[in-house]
Amino acid sequence: MPSSLESAIFVFLLATFVGFEVIRRVSPLLHTPLMSLTNAISAISLVGSIVIAGSERSQLSTVLGTIAVICSMANVVGGFVITDRMLKMFKKREPGQ
Amino acid sequence: MIASYFTQVSYIAAAALFILSLKWLSHPTTARRGVRVGEVGMLIAIVGTLVQRDIVSYQWILVGFVLGSAIGLPLAVFMPMTHVPQRTALSHAFGALAAALVGTSEYYLHTAELSAFTMTVLNVEVILGFLTFTGSLMAFGKLQELVPGRPIVYKGQNAVNLSLLGVAIAIAVYLVVNPGRSELFPVIAVLSLLFGVLLIIPIGGADMPTVIALLNSYAGLSAAAMGFALDNNLLIVAGALDGSSGFILSVIMCRAMNRSFTNVLFGGFGQVQMVAGTAPQRNYRSATAEEAATILEAASSVIIVPGYGMAVAQAQHKVRELYDSLTRRGVDVKFGIHPVAGRMPGHMNVLLAEADIPYDRLIEMQEINPEFPRADVALVIGANDVTNPAARYDKASPIYGMPILDVDKARTVMVIKRSMSPGFAGIDNELYYLDRTMMLFGDAKHFVGELVKEMTGARVGA
Repeated sequence: MPSSLESAIFVFLLATFVGFEVIRRVSPLLHTPLMSLTNAISAISLVGSIVIAGSERSQLSTVLGTIAVICSMANVVGGFVITDRMLKMFKKREPGQ
Repeated sequence: MIASYFTQVSYIAAAALFILSLKWLSHPTTARRGVRVGEVGMLIAIVGTLVQRDIVSYQWILVGFVLGSAIGLPLAVFMPMTHVPQRTALSHAFGALAAALVGTSEYYLHTAELSAFTMTVLNVEVILGFLTFTGSLMAFGKLQELVPGRPIVYKGQNAVNLSLLGVAIAIAVYLVVNPGRSELFPVIAVLSLLFGVLLIIPIGGADMPTVIALLNSYAGLSAAAMGFALDNNLLIVAGALDGSSGFILSVIMCRAMNRSFTNVLFGGFGQVQMVAGTAPQRNYRSATAEEAATILEAASSVIIVPGYGMAVAQAQHKVRELYDSLTRRGVDVKFGIHPVAGRMPGHMNVLLAEADIPYDRLIEMQEINPEFPRADVALVIGANDVTNPAARYDKASPIYGMPILDVDKARTVMVIKRSMSPGFAGIDNELYYLDRTMMLFGDAKHFVGELVKEMTGARVGA
């Protein structure tokens, strides 16, 4: 357990730094799509929900897990679709205009 | 063994793809590629999870997939762009609820055997999850105007809120020492749910960009805590990315409104002081669409400053017509975007992009400000406090120190406004009384339409 705790903190720290560096570079132009994309990405909690919903360990955990799968799946699908929908609208000036 | 190996590899791949996805989002030309890569990463991770040996039945997972898609897809496809903040608030609520529920079931599956470390992260996951869930629902309610948008404040509010959170944390600490006391767990959940509601009640509509960014950060951190509890590195990475993104955005929003950093962390923001007292009647100049159109036509550079009022009036498509009509005459038209224009970070850019305004014309505050002194006309549509010169020098003003767009430095300033009534924060705007300012009274959509008509008419006549 201790080694896994340390490596978990290690991963968290590195990911936070990477996050800061990458996200700092995102143009303010795209801050709304950024938020919906990170939303979709953090809906990866779907994988945790799937394990709870599908491992039949208790009735309570199956129920809670299923609700969690519904919530996360809504974010996965919705997050990616609306991000793309927004990004499609960002166009440069057509030449000659 | 092979299955679990496959799962691990899929998670590593997904983590890398997620980081790439955010990296490519940094610029509009590569952003859509970023979305694709994120989708691939998500798919790989889901497949990698489904083959795990722990999963013995698929029926409920399938039910969840179908119902979740049925909820998420319509929200994404049919939401009008003005309502993106509402959808975002809802998605924070969903994400946080998922984390809280997974944490809850993890707790009841293991209860007494939980190590101090696991219990700690479960507490974090559940407290953050539940408070973000109700907090985001409240934010949604305020944005959708189901709940009164104005701040609801009462005496001792901060004390009540903090002691509520304090009790929840105290019980959480007790559970870390005695994880077997499962009757206490629901108390934490209820207190956190309550705290989420109370946290958002005192916050007004104009502060929504900050609130949404902060809730985004909380939702991300609860997902990361879930990763700690489940010993899942992919969740930790994704949660940390989301958490840091929300954090950066809330800091940007705070700076844009001149709020302090501690204010962000403790969420104690949004109590805009109403300035009472009647200002002496001052003189201003109003003008007709015809007069304004004449000046706009003669200009060589125009900067349009849109605010949320423009979106409320649904004027963005008319603004696009104005942009077209001016551009056709060889006028250089740019848009000056304040970071808090709109109801969430970057919202104004999306609204203008939807109206087909090229994104290279949308200029952020720091870059557009040096251009105002060279501009012939600054046209303010539905923006107020972010253009108030008092923010620069008037220490008594509630918005003192807030970075503003230097609209008053343009040769001529035009302000489209319904009436002279003060803005959201109840502050009178110095800008309206300058000699170079022309007040254009009317509904934004209607007035911009009139401007376009005047100009087209002139061209036909010429």
